[in-house]
Amino acid sequence: MAKVKRSPWLLHYDGSSCNGCDIEVLACLTPVYDAERFGIQNTGDPMQADILLITGGINAQNQAVVKQLYDQMPRPKVVVAVGVCACTGGVFKDTYNILGGADTTVPVDIYVPGCAARPQAIIDGIVKAVELFQMHMDNHEEFLKNPDEYMRKNHPEVELKKGDE
Amino acid sequence: MIDILIRVIIFLVAAPILGGLLDGLDRIISARMQGRIGPPLLQPFYDVSKLFQKQTIAVSKSQSLLIQMFFFTQIFTGCLFMAGFDIMLCFFILSTGATFLVFAGAVTHSPYSSMGASRELLQMLSYEPAILMTCLGFYLAAGTFKVEELVLSDYSLIVYLPGFFVAYVFSLTIKMRKSPFDLSTSHHPHQELVKGITTEIGSRNLAFYFITEWYENIFLLGVVALFIINKNPWSILAAVIVVLLICFLETLIDNTSARMKWDKMLTLTWIVTLVSAGTNLLVLMLIK
Repeated sequence: MAKVKRSPWLLHYDGSSCNGCDIEVLACLTPVYDAERFGIQNTGDPMQADILLITGGINAQNQAVVKQLYDQMPRPKVVVAVGVCACTGGVFKDTYNILGGADTTVPVDIYVPGCAARPQAIIDGIVKAVELFQMHMDNHEEFLKNPDEYMRKNHPEVELKKGDE
Repeated sequence: MIDILIRVIIFLVAAPILGGLLDGLDRIISARMQGRIGPPLLQPFYDVSKLFQKQTIAVSKSQSLLIQMFFFTQIFTGCLFMAGFDIMLCFFILSTGATFLVFAGAVTHSPYSSMGASRELLQMLSYEPAILMTCLGFYLAAGTFKVEELVLSDYSLIVYLPGFFVAYVFSLTIKMRKSPFDLSTSHHPHQELVKGITTEIGSRNLAFYFITEWYENIFLLGVVALFIINKNPWSILAAVIVVLLICFLETLIDNTSARMKWDKMLTLTWIVTLVSAGTNLLVLMLIK
């Protein structure tokens, strides 16, 4: 299978973030970090995106939006939660309007903690997401047959890998 | 007959490769202008090969067909050009093909791509006069519309047609969808238009769209070369240099200007066309 990991296109969605993480996500594309070196493009279009980057927690108003964005993305796709709010809800976890992290709405593959997440950590997360994207593509056939089983079988392995490093 | 066939086959194989490489070069030069390293040279090919492997989601069933019609007509234009047919015919087929893209955008009913489609029509309205004038200029200078006779003229046609050249290169910025005239596609993300006419085009269809764009760009740059090439074989080298300079100029303009509103684009393009190509036309009619 050809190397699809050379061309990951991001879709960046700001949930209820304070914009701290968003600024760091955009910083990744500036000359200092230059994520385009890896072929990473920040596209605003879910139809063309491979990796969904979510910042901020999920609330009742944006839950439907996040779900729709995820559904509009063609398979295979990877979701990255950037910042502690997108991972767990962060300091807003117990607030009445916050439902929790991004995983309350869509299946999250990679968690990038931090408040705000540093650009280095975000790029690390994206590089991991790209590896996962390649893996999904390699097993696309198998994935199409039974997505749930595929996820169960493959995801723990990725989590384990993350812990090892 | 055989040499026509060989030329067409060379075009079919080489145009997407050259177009992709020019695209990659454009992205690297843009990145360097912004103080970045930029993607690898082959990045456009990586993008297209990835897009072919992704799941295809078409919002409307007719969309894939329309994109493929766009694909085939644009390639057909290039083939006619390489085979040495009528330059006027090439441009008419090119414009017919472009309407398929407009339909592919409009058929989805998405607000972004509908707006992109109507802006694409406005762009066509802007560049069409310049392109028709260019064809007319070729006829007045060389007495023929046929590409195979145009390339065998005694002098480079730019000697007679400097004003037409300016008008054509100006409209090339619109045709290549570069800023400040990227009204219909907005190739930089996170803007009010998302991705304009291509918003609802994903995966395989988007890959077709990119390849079509490469073919189209090579054809349009081929017309730039037509201004330079004469019966002296060394003029081909000069044409290549001019084409590369034009590409650099387009990248420079792209990186130094913000997007225009459509009414400004329309007036500006028509003024440039009328003044530079129009003056050239009058002079040419007097001396010829």
